[in-house]
Amino acid sequence: MGVARYWREIPARYNLIGKKCEICGKVYFPPRTICPKCRRKSIGKMQDYKLSGKGTVESYTIIYTPPPEFEGKAPYAIALIKMEEGCYLTGQIVDCKLDEIHIGMKVEACFRRIQEDGKRGAIYYGYKFRKAES
Amino acid sequence: MREVAVIGIGMTEFGELWQKSFRELVAEAGVKAILDAGIEGEDIDAMYIGGMSTGRFIGQEHVGSLALEVAGLEDLHIPATRVEAACASGGVAMHQGYIAVASGMYDIVVVGGAEKMTDVVGGEATNILASAADREWESFFGATFPGLYALMARYHMHHHGTTQEQLAMVAVKNHHNGSLNPKAQFRREISVEDVLNSPIVAEPLHLLDCSPITDGAAAAILAPVDIARKYTDKIIKIKASVQACDTLSFHSRSRFDSLPAAVHAAKKAYEMAGVKPSDIDVAEVHDCFTIAEIIAIEDLGFVEKGKGGKATEEGLTALDGQIPVNTSGGLKAKGHPVGATGVAQINEIVMQLRGEADKRQVKGATIGLTHNVGGSGGTAVVHILEAI
Ligand SMILES: [Zn+2]
Repeated sequence: MGVARYWREIPARYNLIGKKCEICGKVYFPPRTICPKCRRKSIGKMQDYKLSGKGTVESYTIIYTPPPEFEGKAPYAIALIKMEEGCYLTGQIVDCKLDEIHIGMKVEACFRRIQEDGKRGAIYYGYKFRKAES
Repeated sequence: MREVAVIGIGMTEFGELWQKSFRELVAEAGVKAILDAGIEGEDIDAMYIGGMSTGRFIGQEHVGSLALEVAGLEDLHIPATRVEAACASGGVAMHQGYIAVASGMYDIVVVGGAEKMTDVVGGEATNILASAADREWESFFGATFPGLYALMARYHMHHHGTTQEQLAMVAVKNHHNGSLNPKAQFRREISVEDVLNSPIVAEPLHLLDCSPITDGAAAAILAPVDIARKYTDKIIKIKASVQACDTLSFHSRSRFDSLPAAVHAAKKAYEMAGVKPSDIDVAEVHDCFTIAEIIAIEDLGFVEKGKGGKATEEGLTALDGQIPVNTSGGLKAKGHPVGATGVAQINEIVMQLRGEADKRQVKGATIGLTHNVGGSGGTAVVHILEAI
């Protein structure tokens, strides 16, 4: 992966900065340029919006056959998470036993190492999720 | 718009074809289709060829030109276009060919699809297939392509009570059908236990819930119905050709137990063809994973949402069922050379409607449907065909 390709997504991946449509108030993550509800009216009206990081597991899977970048990390959990702002995203669930994960589980974002470019390449960071405290 | 017919079909055997190059696969499928249609090279006005990732599988882009050269049509300088929509590349090539003929722009069009997937080694094929998903917001975080369908499977199981055994039954049925198809990659029967005992790829999906890595090519020749009679009396009319799209990423969809693009395409296709789901005699659907077939038969309206698992268990979609699905063996057993799949589905339905499907023939089939999906549902293409 080119370093610039990673670097330009840092605000969203480090701090969960999405977009909020000024017209209808809907929050989008990953960030979008145009609100699919308001379309033309939303052009230039999509403001940065930081997600709380809190969400609920809507579905999950345990990956046993990982892609090359995740070699040696399997088994690990990937979940479809509904954020409290109403948008959905895909991320790993960590810091718990794999069999504790269930649909409806409350989770919160944490900042972690995601993958690296080989042994001596750049290390890429971003969000993962863990069981919510409260 | 003119009425369009399929006047010829052809495909290679599907499988790990180490002795055959991409070029040879394209040539073999194309030649078979041209001979089947009874056309000459100079009759051809245009070509569309589906290929998902020729650049990464064999380091070769620009395969429109390659296909033209393979066909020996360079002196005619006809337009030959490569079409890409991940695993729906073949279906979208069919749709482009349909538009070209229906519009009156071209008369005879060759539609092809091909993928040479076994020239790369190890996990590379899996990594290439992951490019059908959202690289920045799904794959980056460790989601694999089977992983996204696993999320669908778990969601469907949780909300509709679909079971692991019902998923396995899709693979068992499709392997049975594949055992009757001489072109299928897997021509052996498997049991529910075989599926459940195979290694887990992405829970709840096991290895035998997944379609394989395959080499293969398929082609179809399209012509306006009125001109078609000049070449053949086995005319299969395209009653509907519809493509619909949705978000690239699975998490941005409006539903997780359905592919909204497929629902949309199916609805428009039934309207265009003037038929109902119950009028369909045979269907080829995109079973890249077992859960995908269960969701497909719901999205196509063969059964209510949530009832796909139960219907499979009860044999509704079996070869002798009310609506036989994936008589070819589907992607699961026939094989899934991604760019070729959409055109291979057309091959099977045309054979069924001509009554040429031999041991897997659905008796009296007159209306057939194909359902081809790209990625986790970012593209869906539905065709409805009828023997006239
Ligand atoms: Zn809006």
